[in-house]
Amino acid sequence: MPSWLSADLLIQASYFLTAALFIFGLKRMSSPVSARSGILWAGAGMLVATLVTFLYPGMSNYELIVPAMFAGAAIAWWSGKRVAMTDMPQMIALYNGMGGGAAAAIAAVELYRGEATGYAISTLAVAGGIIGAVSFSGSLIAFGKLQGLINRSFRFGGQQLLNLLLLLAALVAGALIAAHYNASPAMVSTLFALALVLGLAMTLPIGGADMPVVISLYNAFTGLAVAFEGFVLNNAAMIIAGTVVGSAGTLLTQLMAKAMNRSLGNVLFSGFGDTGGAATGTVTGSMKAIEAADVGVMMAFGQKVIIVPGYGMAVAQAQHKIWELCQLLIDRGVTVKFAIHPVAGRMPGHMNVLLAEAGVPYDLIADLDEINSEFETADVALIIGANDVVNPVARTDKSSPIYGMPILNADKAKNVIVIKRGKGAGFSGIENALFYLDNTRMLYGDAQKAAAELIQAVKAV
Amino acid sequence: MTGIVALYIFMLAAFTGYEVIAKVPVILHTPLMSGSNFVHGIVLVGAMVALGSAHTPLEKGIGILGVALAAGNAVGGYVVTERMLEMFKSSGSRAKKGTH
Repeated sequence: MPSWLSADLLIQASYFLTAALFIFGLKRMSSPVSARSGILWAGAGMLVATLVTFLYPGMSNYELIVPAMFAGAAIAWWSGKRVAMTDMPQMIALYNGMGGGAAAAIAAVELYRGEATGYAISTLAVAGGIIGAVSFSGSLIAFGKLQGLINRSFRFGGQQLLNLLLLLAALVAGALIAAHYNASPAMVSTLFALALVLGLAMTLPIGGADMPVVISLYNAFTGLAVAFEGFVLNNAAMIIAGTVVGSAGTLLTQLMAKAMNRSLGNVLFSGFGDTGGAATGTVTGSMKAIEAADVGVMMAFGQKVIIVPGYGMAVAQAQHKIWELCQLLIDRGVTVKFAIHPVAGRMPGHMNVLLAEAGVPYDLIADLDEINSEFETADVALIIGANDVVNPVARTDKSSPIYGMPILNADKAKNVIVIKRGKGAGFSGIENALFYLDNTRMLYGDAQKAAAELIQAVKAV
Repeated sequence: MTGIVALYIFMLAAFTGYEVIAKVPVILHTPLMSGSNFVHGIVLVGAMVALGSAHTPLEKGIGILGVALAAGNAVGGYVVTERMLEMFKSSGSRAKKGTH
């Protein structure tokens, strides 16, 4: 090694390169054309940073670092490769939680060691520790809910008060540690226990329909925690990458909350459907069933069909069958479009990913703003496992918890066909007035099975 | 790195993150969230340093947990993002064919 090239210079130069590669990669990921190369650039940056960190001055415990790294990497590689596209949201939640846990672990090591150098550093270590621990336990709950391991939303009176007390207690414990007043191991343990319980308590009452916002928020949390721990370790790569993710994630979270016409505070602090009691009584009429054969005829002889996919399509893995159906219709000269609500599914863009997997071209997929004026000219609006995002109650009923949320105007179509597994209310528990309209027919069944029947019906026309 | 320089880095990085995401189409929201999830996997280098300087069994235990979790974040985040974007690429080329 030449004399001017110290390990420290090599490390700093590599981290500089990594930060640049991350930003460049994220930038490329923001356009569909260059998106794939974006993750490759960012991946190269990660590889450089990881390898060069082995040269860190004063490093030891390599015999622990390498096996731990390979264990975590192997499990993640295996699970990431085999997970179905429909289960992506919970995997992102899981990996995000792991990052938050790692940031909390760094804080824990620093705080238990008790050699924090100055108030600013110990404050940042504590802040990153709390945020990382909340993101860790909260993301695990989000994973459990989306994976179907936790089916209930736990709510009880005084829940917000409990969360507030937990937060205050964690802040007090954190302040005592940061001020070097009492930084004993017992106090550090108390801090992390409080933060972990806070993450659980915050996330348990939140319903599945709100999970996109929650996962996005915890993604931003983890980014911020990583940035704070980067300050503690004096690591510029962590500061830059963590901060970029923290601010980007915050923006993404706001975009999503806005799409639901709710504030972030509303998502976090009021359980979805809490005020839904009044709305359920206002629905009149009855749900009218229809056979697949009749729907097939209706669509085959229509001019224009708009498909509204929702979480039900994801659960049934129906995207391939749906696209097959659409291709049959397109071959017959029917105009087919997909209408995607910003919060359809469990993540923003969730439906887009699934439709892309099935091979649906971009130009057939339309956003809420683009498509809403077109429903009036559509012969058939085919709702596949979507519910709240097409509930006209959001436009009309001020007492409804989803009042004001922009919806897809599927009810304006000449015929509305709803593919639905059963007669129950949606994820939010709100009755859907759309299902009771005169121009609505219900096609009961699993989305994949129903799509297969429709394919046969259209072929038979 | 002095405190004030670190603050400048923090401020500039925050604006960078905001600007990079600001114009992203809805269609890429999930892959981008997944991609940014991968990027904060950089916590791995911090976890390595923390474990690399650990002395007591408690510090080592937490450090091992941190490294394993961080490696999971980085690798898992990369794999799922790459898989999602892989589909987007092919669907994009299909779209070009399909429209003409």
